[in-house]
This record gives sequence, C-alpha cells and structure tokens, in this order.
Amino acid sequence: MGSENLHEPWDVLSDDTKNIHRAIVSLMEELEAVDWYGQRAEACTDEELRAVLVHNKNEEIEHAMMNLEWIRRKVPEFAQNIDTYLGTSGPITEVEKATKAGGGEDEAPAAKSGAKGGSKDGSLGIGSLKGSV
Amino acid sequence: MDILKRTLAPIVPEAWSAIDEEAIRVLKLNLAARKVVDFKGPLGLKFAAVNTGRLANVAEPPVVGVTAGVRVVQPLVELRTPITLDTAELDSVVRGVAPDLAPVVKAAELIARAEDSAIFNGYKAGNITGIIEASPHAPLAVDQPERWPQVVGAAKEVLRQAGISGPYALVLGPRAYDELTSGSEDGYPLRKRIEKTLIDGPIVWAPAIEGAVLLSVRGGDYELTVGQDLAIGYTYHDRRSVELYLTESFTFRVNEPAAAVEIRR
Repeated sequence: MGSENLHEPWDVLSDDTKNIHRAIVSLMEELEAVDWYGQRAEACTDEELRAVLVHNKNEEIEHAMMNLEWIRRKVPEFAQNIDTYLGTSGPITEVEKATKAGGGEDEAPAAKSGAKGGSKDGSLGIGSLKGSV
Repeated sequence: MDILKRTLAPIVPEAWSAIDEEAIRVLKLNLAARKVVDFKGPLGLKFAAVNTGRLANVAEPPVVGVTAGVRVVQPLVELRTPITLDTAELDSVVRGVAPDLAPVVKAAELIARAEDSAIFNGYKAGNITGIIEASPHAPLAVDQPERWPQVVGAAKEVLRQAGISGPYALVLGPRAYDELTSGSEDGYPLRKRIEKTLIDGPIVWAPAIEGAVLLSVRGGDYELTVGQDLAIGYTYHDRRSVELYLTESFTFRVNEPAAAVEIRR
C-alpha cells in the first residue's frame, strides 16, 4: 500500500482523492525532512557536514514546492488561498481582509479579487491549460 | 483602481461573477494552444517584450573603430475585443434569472481565435511566426477519413526522423475533429485507435486551424509569453448598456520549428 494513513476504505475513494492523498502525504514528508535537516545542520559540529545538510534541506524545500504546485493545480481551494496569501506583504492575518476590502466598500467582489479566477492581476486566471484536455 | 476599471461599471457583484464564469468557461473550451505549448507568465501589463538573445548589426558605427549592434526583442501584442451588455438584463441576475451573456461568449470565442490563430498560423503584423508556417516538414495529406490513423502515424515518423521526441499531441480543426470523433475503421473508432496506438499526448479541438497539426509537447519547443493574462475591463456605460472588453497581451516564439508537422485534409 502506498500509504497507511487513509481514513476511508481504499475501494470507496476516487482516483483523484487517492492521488491528492499521495501528494499531501508526500508534501508532509518533504516538510518533515526540511525540519529534520534544519535541526541536524544547526546541531552539527562539522562545518563541511553542515554545508551538506543545509544543501539537502534546500533540496527538500524544492521538492516540497514542486509537490505543492501539483496540489495547487489540482485543488482549486489551494489555488485560491495560495493566490490570496503567497507573495503578499504586511501582516499575514490582515491579507484576506485587505484582499476582500479592495479599494472601497462599494467595489464589486469580482473586482476586489480581480475576477472569478481570483488572480491578483485582475485577470480571469486562465494561465496554462496544459493537462486540462 | 487598476487599468481594468471594473469598479466603475454599473454591474452588481452577482452579474460580474456570471460574466467572469461564462468567459472562463468559453475560453477554456476554445483556447487550444495553451493546452500544448509552454506557458510563461503572466508577467504583468508592464512587460513589453521578450529577449530573443539576438543582436542586429548596425551598418553605421557611432564612431570609427567602434561597432554597434541593436538588441532584438519580440514585443508583446495587446488584444482587445468589446463586449456590450444590456444593464437591465444584467440586473436580472439579482432576481434569480440567468442573464443573456451571448456577447461574452462571442468575445471569448473571438479572442481565443485570435490567440490560437497567431500561435498556429502566425500573425505577421504582430511579429509572431506560427507553429505551422515555421515547420520545415512537408505537409501530409489525408485523402479520406479512414486514412487518419495512417497519416498520423506517418507524421509521428517524420518527427521521430527529425529527432523530435514525444509525447505528441494532435491538434485538430473542427472538420478534422468531427471526422476523427465520428469515424471508424472496421467498426473501431478512429479516435480511439489514434489515442491508444499512435500518440501519447492529448487530442485537442482547435477552431482556429484548418486540418491538423501533430506536435511534440515534451516542452521547450514552443513558448507562449503572456504579460496581462485574459481579463475583462470596463470601457463606458449609458442608460441602457455597458461596454466591457476582453483583453490580453502576449507573444509567441518557436524555438524548434521541426517539432510539428502539418496534416491537411
């Protein structure tokens, strides 16, 4: 079995749900590895080994982000929240409110977040359609 | 307020949502090239040109003993098509009635056609060379519907001989798509035969092209660069109607001309 963490019987879950589960578990493992490498690098007393561990940690971050990008493409709610929070500045807890508030109280919601696609540039969020056929 | 000026339009939020949703639906259905070429962006409206890495010689040196070259860039093309909607019709969405959004559908189809035509057929005025016109391979011809699988197989062989690896996608104009979808050979559907035995990439419906094109989707061969991705903005309104527009800025580059073969019907 690919994972021991399923909470529902394997045969009642769709392929999509199973693949998303795989991606989420994989992302958890990558982030766990980042944490482990970070701690080991800090505690390590050999400079050369520390450099290797830091390198490995950064590789795991790359893997995690690739994994997250797959999830973003497959799960619209991830895409929506990533679009809301990532690459912003200022207090993180204020980002959602600021996005919704837009330029004024009388703004149309679609205009506040750009459009249905939720892009910060006001676009419809079409982007690449590779893999959507 | 940004350049799209959407906040100035007398459109209720529910109607904006309906407009955006309809545009997204039609665009995703009609945009074919984005399903097979590399996508770079969106880089924003400020992004004006792609660096080609090339240098054009200047015949006249600035001073004797100094040569000069001018950097060659490929500027982005800005597309815009109007959408005129009846304001009373749009208000009906608040009363629980779906508004007539035919002008949104038409505009989305038009701009998708413009983007795809530039990418597949080229758009000289916009400095875009298309996939089909760039291909150095002689076009292959399908003389009757039953021959589609053989010709697709031959096209795949042309790409292989040219050193172009897969996966390969088959992009079909409306007539070709209909023939492949409805046709059969000895009772076996043509489309299934092509999908199962000949290509490992997608079959894509592309209303902007005639015939078909088989191309590699391995990546790196074709690059669509988008500045402002497809968006709906506001132009003006009067007592009865509101004029919006659908816009985008983009350009397209062919990095490996040999990665596609045209199939004519």
